[in-house]
Amino acid sequence: MKRQVILAAGIALAATTLHADVTAPGDVVADDYGDIMESLTGEPGDAERGREIMVTRGLGNCIACHQVTALEDEQFHGEVGPSLDGVGDRWEEAALRGIVVNAKNVFPESVMPAFYRVDGFIRPGDGYTGGPATEIMPILDAQQVEDVVAYLMTLTE
Amino acid sequence: MASFRKQKLWGAVFAAGAVAATGVVWADIGENRSLIVNGEIEMIVEAPAPEHVEGLSTIYSGWVFRSPETQMMQADDFDNPAMLDVDTARETFETAMGTEGQSCASCHDTPESLSTVRATYPQWDEEHGEVQTVEMQITECMTERMGAEAYGYDSAEMRRMSALISAVGRGEVVNVAIDGPAQSTWEQGQEIYYTRYGQLELSCANCHEQNYGNLIRADHLSQGQVNGFPTYRLRNSGLVSIHNRFRGCIRDTRGETFAVGSPEFVALELYVASRGNGLTVEGPAVRN
Ligand code: HEC
Ligand code: HEC
Repeated sequence: MKRQVILAAGIALAATTLHADVTAPGDVVADDYGDIMESLTGEPGDAERGREIMVTRGLGNCIACHQVTALEDEQFHGEVGPSLDGVGDRWEEAALRGIVVNAKNVFPESVMPAFYRVDGFIRPGDGYTGGPATEIMPILDAQQVEDVVAYLMTLTE
Repeated sequence: MASFRKQKLWGAVFAAGAVAATGVVWADIGENRSLIVNGEIEMIVEAPAPEHVEGLSTIYSGWVFRSPETQMMQADDFDNPAMLDVDTARETFETAMGTEGQSCASCHDTPESLSTVRATYPQWDEEHGEVQTVEMQITECMTERMGAEAYGYDSAEMRRMSALISAVGRGEVVNVAIDGPAQSTWEQGQEIYYTRYGQLELSCANCHEQNYGNLIRADHLSQGQVNGFPTYRLRNSGLVSIHNRFRGCIRDTRGETFAVGSPEFVALELYVASRGNGLTVEGPAVRN
């Protein structure tokens, strides 16, 4: 009995710790330039995972719109957005985080989607089914955003 | 610190602005800008934009954005796989259906007698007090005149019949009326066209007005014109209706689409068709 209680308490603690460190989409603070200083998770991003997210259709699918020379082994890079070559030089980490979370804070009216926002949409869908959304999840989760930012920081010239 | 950041920001905005200002270059649109089908039907694949389209100065048929191989297939009926569907529909045209024992030919003689239809639809229908698409008109003839059961709006039979109506209208200059009783429907369509739907928050204009000529992943974005519909998509080996294409595009915004045949898509079709006033009817066109 006693052991069970302790175990339960331990799990509860782990859950809150995890929760406390992850900033929910609605709680993200961006400054006037759209920059986001604080990591969304407190965990360093993993650039290798970020690379995968950049090229995966159901996740970031960033290359649908952007050309990236370092990702040349992947087919089909888009031309809707600028090349991301050298973005690690052009932007600070906080600015890149801001762009990925909600590009419209940085570039008003941008066609670039907000990857970590859950409200304000018109007729949001249930993924790519064409049906109505029941619960809206951000396109990328907090750690995935950090992973992408870590990858973008490696794009230096 | 702040000014450093600002400088970076302006740098990027400036760079993005420069891209927009340069706009679309010839190479992005495709070298081939002359299409003569069967050596006789001369198409207008490039024309000045109609006055009511503020965001474009020139309009282009979707044909100019496709690869030379796909373009070639549309230039000759022997190479256009959709012509098999058109032939099937020609037979149906002559076949009596429904309780009245009539065929389409009973009233319309030959499909060729309907050659101006595709270029002027969607169109206001006085009797029903609404804007009608070609599909709605076919449904009206079948249910109200022939006593036949309606084809589904997006059924294979309907797509074939609408392909026949397009095929006999090829070369006619698109001239859809947007004023008079159709005006409020047209305005509704325009509003839908510029609304940023779905979790990706993309409007038709974001892709087809701002970015035509650009690649989005493997696809070369066109102006999203409907003068080639129904189109034969090589990927699906079959005909695709206008509303089905609209559905696919809204679905791709991670959005909730409107239904095929819905009043919203009828309005959108009228608006999009009017953006092509001045191009020629090309359907059934061939797409990848
Ligand atoms: C639908 C198109 C689209 C998608 C998808 C997209 N972007 Fe963008 N992105 C743009 C456009 C357009 C701009 C230019 C800013 C503007 O809107 O004027 C941009 C700008 C940027 C910039 C600033 C580039 C610079 O040189 O200043 C970064 C960094 C960036 N995007 C990263 C990403 C990442 C990472 C992803 C995926 C997680 C992504 N983008 C997905 C369209 C897109
Ligand atoms: C995320 C980008 C995107 C958005 C947003 C979008 N489309 Fe498309 N659309 C495409 C792509 C990619 C194709 C296939 C290539 C082409 O023809 O442009 C296409 C094709 C089309 C075609 C077929 C054109 C042809 O000649 O075969 C039509 C019509 C069309 N779109 C209309 C629309 C309308 C109307 C909307 C808004 C409801 C819309 N699209 C929104 C990406 C988009």
